[in-house]
Amino acid sequence: MSAETLTKETGEIYVSQTRRRVLGIVFLGVALLIWLVFMRGLDPEMTSTMRLYPGGSTVVVEDWEFNTLNALRILAVGCAVVGAYQLVRGFKNLTGLAFALIGGMFIFAFLSWAASGGRLNLAGMLRIMFIRSVPLTIGAMSGILCERAGVVNIAIEGMMLTAAMVGTIVGSLGTLWFGLLAAVLTGGLLGLVHAVMSIKYRTDQIISGTVINIFAVGITSFVSAKFMQAYPEINSSGIFKPYEIPVLGQIPVLGPVLFRHNIFIYSMIIFVILLTFLLFKTRWGLRLRSVGEHPKAADTLGINVFKTRYMAVILGGMMAGFAGAYFTLGSVGRFDSAMTAGRGFIALAAMIFGNWTPLGAMVAGLLFGFSDALAASLALLRVKIPSEFLLMTPYLITMIVLAGVVGRGQMPAADGQPYIKE
Amino acid sequence: MTDAEKTPKKETNEKPKVDVKSKVGIFFEEVSQSSLIIPILAIICGLLLGGVLIALSTEEVYSTFAESPLQAIGNGFKAAWEGYVTLFTGALGSPARISEAIESGDPREIRRAINPVFESLVKSIPYIFAGLAVSLGFRTGLFNIGVEGQLFMGGIFSVWVGYTFKGLPAYIHFPFAFLAGALGGALWGFIPGLLKALTGGHEVINTIMMNYVAFRLTEWLLRIPMKREGSTNPLSPIIEESAELPRFFEPPIRFHTGFFIALGIAALVYWFLFKTKWGFELRTVGANPHAARYAGMNILKNTVLAMSLSGALAGMAGANELLGLNHHLSQSFSPGYGFDAIALALLGRNHPVGVVLSALLFGTLRTGATRMQAVAGIPIDIISVMQAMILAFIAAPAIIRTIFRLKEPKEEEPGVRVSGWGGS
Repeated sequence: MSAETLTKETGEIYVSQTRRRVLGIVFLGVALLIWLVFMRGLDPEMTSTMRLYPGGSTVVVEDWEFNTLNALRILAVGCAVVGAYQLVRGFKNLTGLAFALIGGMFIFAFLSWAASGGRLNLAGMLRIMFIRSVPLTIGAMSGILCERAGVVNIAIEGMMLTAAMVGTIVGSLGTLWFGLLAAVLTGGLLGLVHAVMSIKYRTDQIISGTVINIFAVGITSFVSAKFMQAYPEINSSGIFKPYEIPVLGQIPVLGPVLFRHNIFIYSMIIFVILLTFLLFKTRWGLRLRSVGEHPKAADTLGINVFKTRYMAVILGGMMAGFAGAYFTLGSVGRFDSAMTAGRGFIALAAMIFGNWTPLGAMVAGLLFGFSDALAASLALLRVKIPSEFLLMTPYLITMIVLAGVVGRGQMPAADGQPYIKE
Repeated sequence: MTDAEKTPKKETNEKPKVDVKSKVGIFFEEVSQSSLIIPILAIICGLLLGGVLIALSTEEVYSTFAESPLQAIGNGFKAAWEGYVTLFTGALGSPARISEAIESGDPREIRRAINPVFESLVKSIPYIFAGLAVSLGFRTGLFNIGVEGQLFMGGIFSVWVGYTFKGLPAYIHFPFAFLAGALGGALWGFIPGLLKALTGGHEVINTIMMNYVAFRLTEWLLRIPMKREGSTNPLSPIIEESAELPRFFEPPIRFHTGFFIALGIAALVYWFLFKTKWGFELRTVGANPHAARYAGMNILKNTVLAMSLSGALAGMAGANELLGLNHHLSQSFSPGYGFDAIALALLGRNHPVGVVLSALLFGTLRTGATRMQAVAGIPIDIISVMQAMILAFIAAPAIIRTIFRLKEPKEEEPGVRVSGWGGS
């Protein structure tokens, strides 16, 4: 009961009048952008082709070819209609959805324009989007576990990096499963360090996280330079093989995009469902959240605040360790220094964007994953944008999201505050 | 529970000691209360743990461990000791070599022998600027992790001015290029400052994102617009001689004017923070935003101002490095000064004097570690590990106090507090 009301409260997004108008103007601006930038000087005979099956698929799907100019016209009008409605009436609770719709239309317009006169592997891109979203979504869930209990965790990056390295070493010496286990344990250990510093010694949680991040960069580069370059045999773990889910994997288009991955992608989906259930439907989750909302009240009711926070931060660390293992055991099979490239921080943004809920974090993770995939795919096309600018997009989107363009979510009330028992 | 049991026991042990050995006791009492004790012990602990890491990464430790564990520990200790000897002679020069050079009387040989000291000073210059940048942010309650990106922007702006304008006299050109660097950094600090003030977007994540944007921007600039003609490597053109920060000695000594500029800027920051109304407002906003707002101070203005100034200082670090040493822009001109500066600023207690002292230490460590990497094969990244340790001990003085059984200070220690995601 109380769990339900809480989610309802935190799930609601207040949209002010000014924000409504500003968003409406932004939406109309998108329509204008499509009109002025993409449609200008476009040959009316030009067509865009979208490939709908990624390489290696057994089910052959015809390419989808359409007239670029007509598609752009439809999209521009669609954006204009949504924008006008937003300006005049407003979508109220559905503002997020409208925003997503505009974003989707804009991205599709951009892709059509970029692929005009060429071919774009759309299905392959969606597949990459899912794969790239894994560390972001699982990393965000690490953040959710910690922050729902009231401990800010900006150490996700460092935890992932260290776990990625330990996972590779153990995976190279033993089996991949041992590597995964070692990565998870490494994350848990760093989570414990974060917990001791921020809960027991009441260090500022952001400083404590920074300590772990600096330490992680140092220790991984050190070990990598000292040992992993000299002994390549400890830096060749291989990766988990993709596993096709029977029946579902045979669905055209969706099959290869969704159901032919390795365990990391499936785990992500399972974790999202599991964590949503645990956080919002069980007594365990209610206690965890109460510690993050009002630790004093929770303490009065007999919940051990310190124990709950320790548990949450260590579990969060293990989650980050799992996300870190993806980089090596799930993706390239070897460790390179600084290979996480700020994904831990983007995961934090995904957590904030997702309003501290696992499902929201996954949606945000997919969005960031898409911008990652976009940069990878467009490099192959004849686009006039330099690849460096495309690589900037995830970072820029993170900043835009943080600025609260879509509306400000509700963070746990006691987030970042050390608890002092009286 | 265990802590509660320990503390009274410890006090009863120490009380009589103070009475008996009064002078020594009082001395220790004073020392344990001093504000310097935590930074000093933190450095010692950091160095010790660095030594443990060197020992653990020595192969002889493992090869002899089966035969005699004692021998293995001895090997580890030896490796750590030799590593640190290399580090300090690499950073300060070896006395034997210096006396030899003086005896020989060859000026070139003397310059070579004393070069390590100057090299350490040269390396500490970017640390002074970057450390001031981080500490100015902390003083306003802002955690600027974006110093590295701001430093790159400073480098880009200053190098561009350095090679674009030709025929300017040196006394105009190099200050112009230097200020351009400060402007570049200020711009990169202004953006997250404005975002924080207007939307509440947290500066920690925004500055980190700005770092990555700056790195990508540098890559692009070096690939196309700023690429040196006829070069296959991503390097910018070399700056005009008039834009270089003047050096004082013949090569190989690279000691340059930047050092004195850095000291001047540190004094300026001290004056600004502690002697002007603006600095007072910044510090008040940092110490207690609610009180500051109540007193009618403009939080938004101060946030933007602090981030811009912090960025300007970081930009100077980049300008100094490129105008003083490299003379061209490359992708890897900074070994992470901006990130090291976080530990440095906290070690210096966010005070300009402390920052300058810590910067000298960090410059020495980095110069020595470069030598240690070349001679003893110990990767330079060990510096980051040591810094993380130092930072941990500084940020949680209770850990140090527990390890060394120091008494709790009478006044509460000025801990570091950064605002949470909510921006309050």
